Amino acid sequence: MNDDHAAERRQELHGYIIGLVSAILLSAIPFAGVMLGLLSPAALIWVIAVAGLVQVIVHFRFFLHIDLSRSHRDDLQLILFSLLIVVLMVGGTLWVLTNQRHMMG
Amino acid sequence: MRHLLFGNLGYDALPFYSAIATGAASVVVLGALAVLGFVTWIKGWKSLWIDWLTSVDHKRIGIMYVVVSFVMLARAVVEAAVMRSQQAVAYNNPGFIPPEHFAQLFTTHGTIMIFFMAMPFLIGIYNFAMPLQIGARDVSFPAMNSISLGLTSAGAVLMMISLCIGKFSTGGWTGYPPYTELSFSPGVGVDYWIWALTLSSIGNTMTGINFAVTIYKKRAPGMTLFRMPLFAWTALCISILMIFAMPPLTVATLMLAMDRYLGMHFFTNELGGNMMNYINMFWLFGHPEVYILILPAFGVYSETIATFSNKRLYGYTSLVWATISIAVLSFTVWLHHFFTMGQDGNVNAIFGIATMLIAIPTGVKVYDWLLTMVRGRIRISVPMLYACAFMVLFVVGGATGVMLANPGFDYQVHNTLFLVAHFHNMLIPGLLFGMLSAYHYWFPKAFGFRLHEGWGRIIFGCWVGGFILAFMPLYIVGALGMPRRSQEFFEAVYRPYLWVALCGALLVLCALASMVIQLWTSIRDRQSLAVPAGDPWNGRTLEWSIAAPPPEYNFALIPQIDSVDAFHQAKKQHTAWRAPEHYYDIELPSNTPVGFVCCVASGVFGFALTWHVWWAVLLGAGVFFGAIITRSFNRDTFRIIPAAEIRETEERWLLTLRESPAIANDAMFTTANRGLVREPV
Ligand code: HEM
Ligand SMILES: [Cu+2]
Repeated sequence: MNDDHAAERRQELHGYIIGLVSAILLSAIPFAGVMLGLLSPAALIWVIAVAGLVQVIVHFRFFLHIDLSRSHRDDLQLILFSLLIVVLMVGGTLWVLTNQRHMMG
Repeated sequence: MRHLLFGNLGYDALPFYSAIATGAASVVVLGALAVLGFVTWIKGWKSLWIDWLTSVDHKRIGIMYVVVSFVMLARAVVEAAVMRSQQAVAYNNPGFIPPEHFAQLFTTHGTIMIFFMAMPFLIGIYNFAMPLQIGARDVSFPAMNSISLGLTSAGAVLMMISLCIGKFSTGGWTGYPPYTELSFSPGVGVDYWIWALTLSSIGNTMTGINFAVTIYKKRAPGMTLFRMPLFAWTALCISILMIFAMPPLTVATLMLAMDRYLGMHFFTNELGGNMMNYINMFWLFGHPEVYILILPAFGVYSETIATFSNKRLYGYTSLVWATISIAVLSFTVWLHHFFTMGQDGNVNAIFGIATMLIAIPTGVKVYDWLLTMVRGRIRISVPMLYACAFMVLFVVGGATGVMLANPGFDYQVHNTLFLVAHFHNMLIPGLLFGMLSAYHYWFPKAFGFRLHEGWGRIIFGCWVGGFILAFMPLYIVGALGMPRRSQEFFEAVYRPYLWVALCGALLVLCALASMVIQLWTSIRDRQSLAVPAGDPWNGRTLEWSIAAPPPEYNFALIPQIDSVDAFHQAKKQHTAWRAPEHYYDIELPSNTPVGFVCCVASGVFGFALTWHVWWAVLLGAGVFFGAIITRSFNRDTFRIIPAAEIRETEERWLLTLRESPAIANDAMFTTANRGLVREPV
C-alpha cells in the first residue's frame, strides 16, 4: 500500500520534471533565436510560433493532466470549446481589423 | 510633499461647483451615515461582521449582491429621471443641466445599470438559488466567491465616491478612445471609470469560473446535466460566457489605462495607435455581455412559468439547446455594434446575417414558454405577470433588433434614440423584469416570509407602464433622427414624445418608491406572511424541498435525483419530505475576512490610482495580495456541524411542516399560505 503510494508519487514527480524541463527548453529556444540572430526574421517567427504551440500542449499534458483517455473527455471538450472561442475571437479580430485597414488605405 | 501624500487630490475635488452636484454628494454621504447610524442603533456591528461580511455562505453572499444592486438601481433610476427631465425642457434651451454634467449622467447611468445593477443582481440571484437547485451545499470555491463580491462592491463604492470627490467620465458607458485618452479627457473621470470596471470585471470572471466548476462538480447524485432545472442551465451558459467575455474587457480597460498612465499608444491617434482595436475588444466583451444579462431572465421565466402553470416545462430539451446555441452564437456577432465604423459591406453583411440567426433560438424559447402555459393551471402571481409582460414586450424589442441587424437600416438610425429604445426594450423586460420576478419568487425562500402581494402588483404596474411610456416614444423620435446623448435639441417635433417619456420616467420612480414600501410592509407583516414549511408556490425544483429560510447546510442529506423536476415527482408520489433515518456530520466552509479585506484593499487601490497617490496604490495592492497569500496558508478552513444539531433543526422543521395546513392552489396569495400547497387533482 505504502509502496504503491510512493511509486505513484515518484511517477507524478517524474511527469512534473519532464514538463518543467521541456517548458524551460521551449522558452529558451525562442529567446536564443532572437538573441543569437542566426535565423531570418520569417523563420524566426515560425520557430517562436511552433515553440509556443508545443509549450501549450506540454502544459496541458504534464501540468493540467489532460490527455485523450476517456476519463478526461469532459476536460477535453472544454478545451476544444475554448479553442473554438479563441479562434472566433482572434480570427475575427484579425479579419475585421485588416479589412478596416484595407478600406482606409 | 503635498503631492507625495495626496497625489492630485485637492479641495477643488469637492463637489461645490454646482448645486446639483452638491446635493447628490450630500445624499450619498447622508445615506452612508444613516446606514452606519442604523447599524449602531440596532447594535448590529457584531452580527453584521459575523453573519454577513465574513460569511462565505452562498445564500448570504447572494443576498449581499442583491443589496448592492438595489442601492445602485436607485441611483441610476434617479439619474435617468434627471436626464429625461432635462430633455423634456431642452428645446432651444440649455435647461438645467450643463452639457458636461449631462455627459456624466449618461455615463454613470449606463455604467451603473450594466455593471453595478444588472451584474450584481443576476449573480446574486444565481448565488442564492443555483446551488440549492442542483442539490449542493455551497459553491466550489466559497472564499473566492466572497472575494468576487468584494471586488464588485469595491467598484460600486468607487462609483459612489466619484459623486463626492472629483468628476466622473463623460465618455459614455463604452468609453471609446481616443476621446477617453489623456489628450482629450485629462481629468480623473475616465480613471474612475477604468478602475471601477476593471475591478468588477475581474470579480465577474472569478464568479464565472466558480459557477461553472460548481455546476460541473457539485450536482447531486443522479442529476445529469439534462436533469438540471433550466435556471441552472442558464447559469452554466452565462458562466462560460463570463469566463470568455470578461477578459477582453479587462484587457481593453487595462490597455487604455496603460495609455493614460504610462504614455503608451495602443489607442491614440498618433504613433501607430488604433482605436478600432479598443472598439473591437470592447464589443467582443459587449455582445456576449448582453446575453449574460438576458439568459438569466430566460432561466427565471422558465422556472416561474412552469411553477405557476403547474405544468412541466414544455420542450425542456429544445430550451436547453436554444440556450446553448444562443451562448455560442453570441460570440459571432459583435461587429453589429460598429457597422458604421469602416469595414466593407461584405463583412457587415456576414455579421448582420449571423445576428439575425440568433432570433431563431430565441423564438423557439418564446413558443416553448407559451406552450407551457397552454392548458396549465395558471395562477396570476407577480412573477407570472412579469413573464407575460416580458413575452409581449420582448418580442417587440427583438423585432427592432432584427431591424437593426440589417446594416442598411442601422446606418440610418445608429446613434439615435431608436437604438436607445431598442436596448432598453431588451434590457428592462429581458433583464430587470426577470430579476424582479426572481426577487419576488425566491424572497420567501431566502427570508421565510412572502413579499406583500398587493404592492407587488402595484410595482409591476408602475414598471411596465413606466417602461412603455418612457421608451415607445423614443422609437419614434429616434426614427425622426434625434441623436442619443443630446443635452439640447432644436426640432419642435421631438417635444411631445419627450414629455411622454418623462411621464414614463416618473412612473418608474413610483415603482422604485413602491419597492421600498413593499419591503417595509412585508417586514412589518412578516408573521402573517411567514411560510416556514418552505414551499409557498408548489415548487418543482429542489430549493423548495427544504425549510424557509434554509438551514446553512442546505440539505441534511443530499437528495438522489432520477428525473427533471424530481421534487415535484416526489410530491405527487407522496415520497417528499421523508425524515431520514440517520443524520450525519456536515462539513461547511468557515467564515473568513479575506473577502472583506480584499474589498477594502482593492477599493483603496482603485481610488489611489485614480488620484495618483502612489503610496496608497502600493499599500492597497500589498494588502490585497498579502491577504490572499496568507489565506492560502490557512489549512483550517472547514468546520463541522454535528449530526445531533442537524437532527434537532430538521426535526423541528419537519414538525412545523406536518402541522402546516396544505392549502388549495387559489389560496396561495392569502395569509393561509404557510408554505405548503396541495397538489391540485
Ligand atoms: C428604469 C428606467 C430607465 C430609464 C428611464 C432610462 C433612461 C435612460 C436615458 C434617458 C438614457 C440616455 C439616453 C440618451 O443617450 O439620450 C439612458 C441610457 C442608457 N441606459 Fe437607461 N434607462 C432606464 C433603465 C436602464 C436599464 C435597466 C439599463 C441596463 C440594464 C439601462 C442601460 C442604459 C445604457 C447602457 C445607456 C447608454 C449610456 C450611454 O449612452 O453611454 N438603462 N437610459
Ligand atoms: Cu450585440
